[in-house]
Amino acid sequence: MDFFDILALIVPAAIVSAAPLILTALGGVFSERSGVVNIGLEGLMMFGAFLGAIFTHYGEQWGLGAASPWMSFAVAIVGGALFAVPHAVASISLKADQVVSGVALNFLAAGLSIFLTKKLFDAGQTPDIQERIGKGDIPVLSKIPVIGDLFFSNAYSTSFVAIFLAFVVWYIIYKTPFGLRLRSVGEHPMAADTMGINVNKTRYISVIIGGAFAGLGGAIYVASIAGNFTQSTISGQGFMALAAMIFGKWHPLGAMGAALFFGLAQSLSITGEQIPLLKDIPDVYLLIAPYVLTILALAGFVGRADAPKASGQPYEKGKR
Amino acid sequence: MNVIKGRLFHMLVPAISVLLGLLIGGIIMLVSDYDPIKAYSALIEGIFGNGYNMGETIRAASPLILSGLAVAFAFRTGLFNIGVEGQLLVGWLASVYVGINFDLPKIIHLPLAVIAGALAGAIWGVLPGILKARFKVHEVITTIMMNYIALYVTNAIIRAYMLAPGERTKDIKESASLASPWLQQLTDFSRLHYGIVVAIIGALIMWFVLWKTTTGYELRAVGFNQHASQYAGISVSKNIILAMAISGAFAGAAGTMEGLGTYQYMTINNAFTGVGFDGIAVSLLGANGSVGIIVAALLFGGLKIGALTMQSTAGVPTELIGIVIALIIFFVASSYLIRWLTNRFTKGGKL
Repeated sequence: MDFFDILALIVPAAIVSAAPLILTALGGVFSERSGVVNIGLEGLMMFGAFLGAIFTHYGEQWGLGAASPWMSFAVAIVGGALFAVPHAVASISLKADQVVSGVALNFLAAGLSIFLTKKLFDAGQTPDIQERIGKGDIPVLSKIPVIGDLFFSNAYSTSFVAIFLAFVVWYIIYKTPFGLRLRSVGEHPMAADTMGINVNKTRYISVIIGGAFAGLGGAIYVASIAGNFTQSTISGQGFMALAAMIFGKWHPLGAMGAALFFGLAQSLSITGEQIPLLKDIPDVYLLIAPYVLTILALAGFVGRADAPKASGQPYEKGKR
Repeated sequence: MNVIKGRLFHMLVPAISVLLGLLIGGIIMLVSDYDPIKAYSALIEGIFGNGYNMGETIRAASPLILSGLAVAFAFRTGLFNIGVEGQLLVGWLASVYVGINFDLPKIIHLPLAVIAGALAGAIWGVLPGILKARFKVHEVITTIMMNYIALYVTNAIIRAYMLAPGERTKDIKESASLASPWLQQLTDFSRLHYGIVVAIIGALIMWFVLWKTTTGYELRAVGFNQHASQYAGISVSKNIILAMAISGAFAGAAGTMEGLGTYQYMTINNAFTGVGFDGIAVSLLGANGSVGIIVAALLFGGLKIGALTMQSTAGVPTELIGIVIALIIFFVASSYLIRWLTNRFTKGGKL
């Protein structure tokens, strides 16, 4: 097996595994850049995955065919946004501890989505969906020699949506007035307030957009990788996305890069069997790699990562 | 001014939170076509109905007390230990390892196995502590990462070195077991074991260390105000590391409850046990105090065990209790809301 065969095996798998992580990490960027810590990404992603699974299933029954997963994405975006509201209310208006509120959101998502699954289907899992996001060659680009085969053939369209959205988010956060406001309330809310920016409103919008992204991430996970929703469909991917966000230093493109890298690590533990060099490495090292790397990154061994300054602190007007 | 404040308020918030949680749980049941009254009577029946259920409730509460203590101890020092789950897993594995591989009289073997579990948890907890003290790395993220590392590493160790048929380790030796035929007989043969004694001793230790020793004073001082403590000559880094070690030890001991008490072995876990995360809820509801934690752990243990009866007799999925617990956490965390509501109610005025 030569080098390119190995790449052809790993790279597409990595991009597929990375798509949900990229989107969820982007959701984290939105929330945390505005100063609201979001441990609840896991729960948001889980709720999105649940909505993705059931609405793709219903879409199939309503005869929507290949459009079903795309309809489920729209539902998951709205659902994720709504599901982020309790976290926003608790951590912004009610000044709850944001970490605790995020943890509660994870509990709530796990309880609610399995409860509803059992209620709707009388079983611990949703039916398998038929209309998965298909693999396909991207026109034109797949004709490029070498690169075309690696990146653009046999690829999922959702992966490219995720990568494209990373650039969109980068543009929004760094190049638009809204992005400037968002970053300013995350760094120094009092200064932003003085300048006439509505801190709480900006934070609400950011947390809710963050929820929409994480919901989409979960739905894409179901449509491209899992195929149905069970208790264990989302088990750690949300936290891995959180790790990717930190590893990428709270920057949309950094988060995307880190998510791609974690996707690679994930895909290696799946495809590793077929690669001569990796065959002998026990799975466990590949499984723990993203987490170990995040700790190392945070400890400053992979370059300093600084969180937005006001992240984790509720803003109280007039308090110094 | 606040009409309700101080001690009364501290007890009111958890009580109102629990009631609100159960109330919304009831509304969810109504909306989804279940009978809340039937369900909640089944829940109560499932907690107090017979000796077996009560025994199981106390059994379920034992690790919850310890994981609650772990979260609370860190919290007293201004730290948030979300890594209880991981520390619990390594503690579980270490205690089972000692329980299987040593041949000693019970009086030495059992304490040794418990200590091994606590020590392993302490080691797993101290790493984020060191990273926090030395590199200013936020412990919330590192402890979450350490959870996943613990999950995969313990599974890999069991697979590689300790595997017995059934995706688990061998049973521990009798001499390391917390099981108690006497307690089992007393409770219609539930799985109740002496772990509850260990848990209560743990609660006493926490109370004693925090409130009766100089170290405890320093730990609490760092929790109140790091800068002031530093200025007063207290080493903040030392106390952060120490707090995470002790917190991890409690979490590891929670793992020994499962290993030496309930199961007598360790399984390969495909997902987290949830006991560590429930510890966050227990600690919050118990207001980070020893007595409060014991009460909260019994409540959550009861809810979890009662949920099984609720499912079998009223048909309500056990996950509903998960939703109720999540809501309770939300309400306790948002005590601002409850304070506002109670002030509104008692005075009709503003905060």
